[in-house]
Amino acid sequence: MDPDRKRKIRLVVALSVAVLLATALVWTSFNASTEAKSPSELLAATPAGAVDAYGKVVTEETLPDGSREFVIADPEDTSQTVPVEYEGQVPDPFREGRDVIVTGLMVDGTLVAEKDSLITKCPSKFSDEAEDDPNIVIDESL
Amino acid sequence: MSSIDAGFACLIAAFVAFAYGAAASIWGGRNADRRWVDSARRGVYAAAILLTLCVVVLEAAFLRSDFSVALVADHSSTTTPTLYKMTALWGSQGGSILLWAWVLSIASSGVLFATRHKHREVVPWATAVLCGLGIFFTGLMLLAGGANPFDRLSPVPAEGLGLNPLLRHPAMAIHPPMLYSGYVLFSIPFAFAIGALVARRLDTSWIRSTRRFGLLAWIFLSVGILLGAGWSYVELGWGGYWGWDPVENASLMPWLVGTAFLHSIMVQERRGMLKVWNVSLICVTFALSLLGTFLVRSGILQSIHAFGESTVGTPLLVLIALVLAGSTALIISRLGDLRAERRVESMASREAVFLVNNVLLIGLAFIIFYGTFFPLIAEAVTGERSTLAAPWFDRYVTPLAILVVLFTGIGPLLAWRQISAGRALRLFGPPVAFAAVVLVALIAFTDSASEPGALIMFTFAAFALAGLLGEFVRGATAQNALTGDGWALSLGRVVVRNRRRYGGYTVHVGIILAFVSIAASSSFQNTDDVRMLPGDSTTVGDYELTYVRPEAYRDFDEDRLTFGSVVEVRRDGELVETLTPSRNYYSSSSTGTVRSFFEGEATSEVGRSGGAAEDFWTAMRPDLTEPAIENFIATADRRIDEATIPEVLPDPETPGGAEAMRGIAEARSEFQGLAITNLEERFENGEIPVDFRINVNPLVIWIWVGGAIGVIGGLIAAWPTASAKRRRVSDVYAARLAKDLGRA
Repeated sequence: MDPDRKRKIRLVVALSVAVLLATALVWTSFNASTEAKSPSELLAATPAGAVDAYGKVVTEETLPDGSREFVIADPEDTSQTVPVEYEGQVPDPFREGRDVIVTGLMVDGTLVAEKDSLITKCPSKFSDEAEDDPNIVIDESL
Repeated sequence: MSSIDAGFACLIAAFVAFAYGAAASIWGGRNADRRWVDSARRGVYAAAILLTLCVVVLEAAFLRSDFSVALVADHSSTTTPTLYKMTALWGSQGGSILLWAWVLSIASSGVLFATRHKHREVVPWATAVLCGLGIFFTGLMLLAGGANPFDRLSPVPAEGLGLNPLLRHPAMAIHPPMLYSGYVLFSIPFAFAIGALVARRLDTSWIRSTRRFGLLAWIFLSVGILLGAGWSYVELGWGGYWGWDPVENASLMPWLVGTAFLHSIMVQERRGMLKVWNVSLICVTFALSLLGTFLVRSGILQSIHAFGESTVGTPLLVLIALVLAGSTALIISRLGDLRAERRVESMASREAVFLVNNVLLIGLAFIIFYGTFFPLIAEAVTGERSTLAAPWFDRYVTPLAILVVLFTGIGPLLAWRQISAGRALRLFGPPVAFAAVVLVALIAFTDSASEPGALIMFTFAAFALAGLLGEFVRGATAQNALTGDGWALSLGRVVVRNRRRYGGYTVHVGIILAFVSIAASSSFQNTDDVRMLPGDSTTVGDYELTYVRPEAYRDFDEDRLTFGSVVEVRRDGELVETLTPSRNYYSSSSTGTVRSFFEGEATSEVGRSGGAAEDFWTAMRPDLTEPAIENFIATADRRIDEATIPEVLPDPETPGGAEAMRGIAEARSEFQGLAITNLEERFENGEIPVDFRINVNPLVIWIWVGGAIGVIGGLIAAWPTASAKRRRVSDVYAARLAKDLGRA
């Protein structure tokens, strides 16, 4: 076969495969993705499927069976809160006041989280947030 | 003038030196005037010296706890251990940018010194690019708010905030400079590629001069990634080493594209092909390095790191856009000069396999890029912010990683141009047979068949390792036949004489071991979460864990309370090891309350009993939200307040007021100590239940062993050969001769 023609066929095949793969990638990513919602968005409209809820931990409590209950507040409006039932590994930085992301389903106004889905954000080295964190600012009054 | 003022002056002078270097090199390049180019190079040396002085001044400020410097006050304290005082510099915005600029100036000085007698057309433009980057980063420190490492505080605080306890780990002390050195060193081949494009000198000379810098960048980046994964495994208390978090992905993307670049430049060197591909790859690698720096400062993505919007995010984004747009325009304008000298003659050739592996590596990088930025893409398309979790990444990355391992095995067995069927059969026969035996053995004697992905990975890895072993054996045998030195000595000689080739093979061995380890530890992990009291036992996999007794102690230097446990690990009834996992609570403030210990940072010290086959891993978390303990803490704090705080607080501004406040603080500290001692006793009496996470991770240690082998291989490949040294010396003589003849 003419080498130029052979090269063109190869190029068309390679491009077709690339387009197919890219389509599969985009299709599966939208199907597999989880919407990220703040507590106020969760309260405004209960999502049908799993969501990534993000917010600031307001209170936390461990239940006798070892599972955990905590409440997350909207970063924009702390009066908007959602209780979370969680079971599984709790990251070291988790505590009241920390920003978390947790995946789960809304059931009767409570987010029932998937096991081990809790992500707690470390205070950033590069933001002012760490410096403004009241828990790590030295209390100079005493 | 204080040393801090002198340091700031050095920073300004470094900015000026870079600006002079850029102007002089462009002038010298446009007018073919060597003197200006030499002067620009000396400007870069000056910037390197000045930035070294900046680093020395700041390190001295950290060591003497000079809290008049905001950087020191925000990231160190008088109780911070010396090692972490010294490494706290890069734990901050300004310090990390200074580290970028400093490493850049030193690497630039190194490459410009090494090429001072070579590549006269390319060097001026490469110098201009490097100086441009120097201007950007020193300018960022001087002009972007909050990025000046020499910012002062007034009034000067009596104590600093200290380093986040999570970062007080040797791996985290070295991890940032390793990553940054990797990112920065990719700027050297990038600058020379741009220089070659501007000067239209697109032969392999720019590659030969900067290949080692690319390799060193890859080594540093590998070490940085391995240290980060190791820190996550032993320090974060979740038992994993990789979570597809944007901050992890940010370092993996330039590593993957950089790996592709290091392979494809070999094809250009040997066959004169892939010229457009190579300049494109190094531009993308460098842009991804900048992207890694940008991601942790932009606040555009949700991550385990609470990325904050900072003042340097936008300028970095502009730089990335400039790098991509500028290099794309330059490459398009030079397409005529970038024509391949040859074409792939056969798919059964080394260059064809390199190309396939390149496509796989770029594919991996693209998938990770897409997954990382998916929240922004989804928001742009649907208006809703969505995220992709680890299973999505695993679904796409696993098959491509398996193929990478397969082609890593095929590549070294093939010759350049093409291979005959007979030779292919001779070379491929033994590794294929070995892989088949491994496959059958795995199916027959293990439960690997339950995880098809892992089974295919192990089989391909067996093929690739056997092929690489065959290469070492063939080389040593041929050497031995020539010299009769014995097999071991011959192996050493053949590696030393062909460092690039056998160093590369060693890298492949390390990477394959790491991939096998990742497949095994992620597919066959046994894990359990158990709530226990002293005396309880549980079984995970073949292991039995017994919680023998709790331990509690307090470190006054670090203001830390530790609740620990002594656990016995048994296998088949035999004691394997006694472990002491613990949880540290760092006091959040000096308010003298018991609660302050549980409102601050908490870190885990995991218990591990590891071997080559598997790693037993456990972390513990006492349940302090138990009502009895909650009550105790609340009551203790109320009583401390009642006993120490008078109805009217003394005014610390009045004479005697400060003394009275100190008295109150001392009394609170004393009561707090008594309450903490009581809490320690309650814990040691077994009144507080403990949640244990227990993991049994097969082969996990091989991630770091394989990584270390890969790094050693990289160093072997980067080490100059005797012939390269001779060539360099003869270059110097040639340059001197030309200069003398010119004078005559």
